[in-house]
Amino acid sequence: MRFSIIKVLQLAITLLACAFLLVPAIQSVLAGLTVNYFKGVSSGLTLKWLWKVWELYADSVFLSIWLALSCLVCTIIIGVPAAYALAKNPGWISRILEEFISLPLAVPGLALALALLQLYGTMQGFRTSWSFILVGHVLYTLPFMVRSVLAVLAAIDLKTLEEGAATLGAGSLRRFCDVVVPNAMPGILAGALTVVTLSIGEFNLTWMLHTPYLKTLPVGLADSYASMRLEIASAYTLIFFVMIVPLLTAMQWASNRAQRISA
Amino acid sequence: MTNQRFLLICLLPLLIFSLAFLALPLMRLFLASVEGASGWAVYLEIIQKPRYLSALMQTVLVSLAVTATALVISTTAGLFLARNRFAGRGVLLSILTLPLAFPGVVVGFLIILLGGRQGLVNQLTPGHVVFAYSTFGLFLGYLYFSIPRVLLTVMAATEKLDRELEEAARSLGASPFTVVRDVILPGLGPSLVAAGAIAFATAMGAFGTAFTLATNIDVLPMVIYTEFTLSANIAMASALSIVLGLVTWALLLIARSLSGTTVAAGG
Amino acid sequence: MTLSLKNASKTYPDGTRALLPSDLVIETGEIVSLLGPSGCGKTTLLRIIAGLEKPDEGTEVWFGSDNVTRLPVEKRNVGMVFQSYALFPNMSVRTNIAYGLKMQKRPRAEIDQRVEEVLTLCRLTPLANRAVTALSGGQRQRVALARAFAPRPRLLLLDEPLSALDAALRDSLRDELSDLLRRFGITAIFVTHDQNEAMAIADRVAVMSDGRIEQIGSPENLYRNAGSPFVARFVGNAMRLGKVEQGRTLSLEGGQLSLPDDGTGRAVYVRAEDVCIADDGQLSGRVESVTFLGTHYRIGLSGVTGTLLFSLHPGASAPKPGERVKLRIAPEALMLLTEDTAHP
Repeated sequence: MRFSIIKVLQLAITLLACAFLLVPAIQSVLAGLTVNYFKGVSSGLTLKWLWKVWELYADSVFLSIWLALSCLVCTIIIGVPAAYALAKNPGWISRILEEFISLPLAVPGLALALALLQLYGTMQGFRTSWSFILVGHVLYTLPFMVRSVLAVLAAIDLKTLEEGAATLGAGSLRRFCDVVVPNAMPGILAGALTVVTLSIGEFNLTWMLHTPYLKTLPVGLADSYASMRLEIASAYTLIFFVMIVPLLTAMQWASNRAQRISA
Repeated sequence: MTNQRFLLICLLPLLIFSLAFLALPLMRLFLASVEGASGWAVYLEIIQKPRYLSALMQTVLVSLAVTATALVISTTAGLFLARNRFAGRGVLLSILTLPLAFPGVVVGFLIILLGGRQGLVNQLTPGHVVFAYSTFGLFLGYLYFSIPRVLLTVMAATEKLDRELEEAARSLGASPFTVVRDVILPGLGPSLVAAGAIAFATAMGAFGTAFTLATNIDVLPMVIYTEFTLSANIAMASALSIVLGLVTWALLLIARSLSGTTVAAGG
Repeated sequence: MTLSLKNASKTYPDGTRALLPSDLVIETGEIVSLLGPSGCGKTTLLRIIAGLEKPDEGTEVWFGSDNVTRLPVEKRNVGMVFQSYALFPNMSVRTNIAYGLKMQKRPRAEIDQRVEEVLTLCRLTPLANRAVTALSGGQRQRVALARAFAPRPRLLLLDEPLSALDAALRDSLRDELSDLLRRFGITAIFVTHDQNEAMAIADRVAVMSDGRIEQIGSPENLYRNAGSPFVARFVGNAMRLGKVEQGRTLSLEGGQLSLPDDGTGRAVYVRAEDVCIADDGQLSGRVESVTFLGTHYRIGLSGVTGTLLFSLHPGASAPKPGERVKLRIAPEALMLLTEDTAHP
């Protein structure tokens, strides 16, 4: 590699950007493991903050995992058949529908939450149950599932594959199960990992929709940032990192794989 | 069962869900905005009352600054990482895309760790440098989640650029700098506009970061939140939400028509 | 099973008439080829038979004594080999072949037995457990054929089955396909744009053009008794010599030709292999190009008709460009055809 001034400058900016993103994250990890952050790491390392967080917020972790999995089930049930129907009818109606369900990507979560609250806020049983938060999460993650599956379906020769199955005697439902779903798998997998990752990290909608008895992980984080000592907030953030980083990595791997197929 | 009927059944869950939880709530939101005491004039109030107007201006200014900075940093880093292969490249790439899934609250907290009262900068330089709760802190927080989004868009576009164009320019005697100026940047043009629109829209709508940092910064999402929860001014909160939603939606529509991709908004 | 099509036609929503009303009867065990240039309606006709294309009102498709016109494709029990083969990439060779039998809800043991039988017949046994994505083009084609044949369809339909292969492979697989179809002993219809393919495989060839069946007959019959200028040109590349003004002679730039019959108002066609270079020929022309093709020379001649006339010359040596030569065409090699105003 030839070193020109331009390359050195580029490298410097890249490294600076990395430092900007990485340093506070490392600080947060350290703070969560240090006995007393104000005295520095010299005060010794400990797991007691993590333990404390677990005592205080274990429920929020479980709720988030439960929500993410429920959200995944919903997006698969709603999103995969819908993506198939959209792929089969690529007209302007499909384009508009796709654009419409993608609104939650563009419109800030706060606005969506306000909309949901005003329409359903008075239905007490629904408003206070976890399914109200679930609706918000499905709303936000559904477009990712639909688009991910749609991209893969658009790339394979779906029409001919289905005609092949039809000449062999397969009806609509059988074709969907035997040919469409297996061949859309890379897209479903990429979509599923995106849905779970985003659902676990979702804050903007959830903050407005949650009740004091239903705190998700990010809501709990906000709560700890506001009211707990720095070490506990950091330890809690550490738990979040441990959950989200492997998911994010898996999601990027799966998305790249699905994209290679669609290319 | 005919094929057309089967496709309709496939689409049905989506239609029911988006009607019940997207179309109707948004309609309700719109109605709520004009059902207040001032009726349609509520939209006029946004530009007339200094509180809302200044919040709007502040949000736009911060978002513009973040967009410009993120474009410069991410284009530089993205081009560098896309065009060079070296040990550790993968690690750098992972670090730069990591914050993609961080909620805004976490980003806010990280900025506090960096520039808060007990933050790193304040510890290193005991001159009491505290910037986390200022507009600069907000800027850094938005920058934190904008860098990965712009980077991914730029890198995806760079991979698609025809390398032979650059080699042709080099063979005609262009210097590396001229190649960037004459070939690469024009080639990336639409993607840069798209990435900028994504960054801008994300920054406009970001709530979590401002929520964690905010002591006295009035950005639009925070104003909506306080109007709704503290002042119970539901009409104004709804109107502001609709204005904000329309702006971000329009921007992302432009971005998508230019690059064909959308990286998750939020943060 | 006898296949009969009555009044089969297809008009697309934009008004394009892909197939004009056509009748076709195919007897049990016959192998018929639909031959024609792209856009002539041959694939549309095949897809109407399969049930993949909805024909216009008035069309009737009969499988034996069953009217299947309104039956969806999955209920027609036809086997189809697609141009791109349409093998399911998520299944192995064996599962692909078993799929049709599984759809018929046959007992497990019967499915296994039939799959083995077909695997052996198509010489696919060593590949049975491979992923279809790991096969070569020729192997894929055999799997597609085996998959279509395994559920014992009433009819086998093949859409350009050789066109996805390299030219080198195509010739050897053509004979193999012909051999397999005959061993299957099944009624088969296949679509192609390649006359050699149609001649080599089919018992009867239906030549199509502009949405119509121009002529249907055995390969020899089509070659020797072309019924229209289009068929003469498409099957065996006949060249137009000129139009007869009156009587039994044709006057050309290069001389006079006597005809086997009264040709008043008709056009005369001839094939390159029937144009012989001979000193006692009644026509003369000038050699423009000489192409060596191994077994013979292809010689382009000017000054005989208005355009270049080609001759296939089997001799050991050929005249040089620029030389003048004499040409002989036997009267029985001349084809007198009535020109349709739509097909000049």
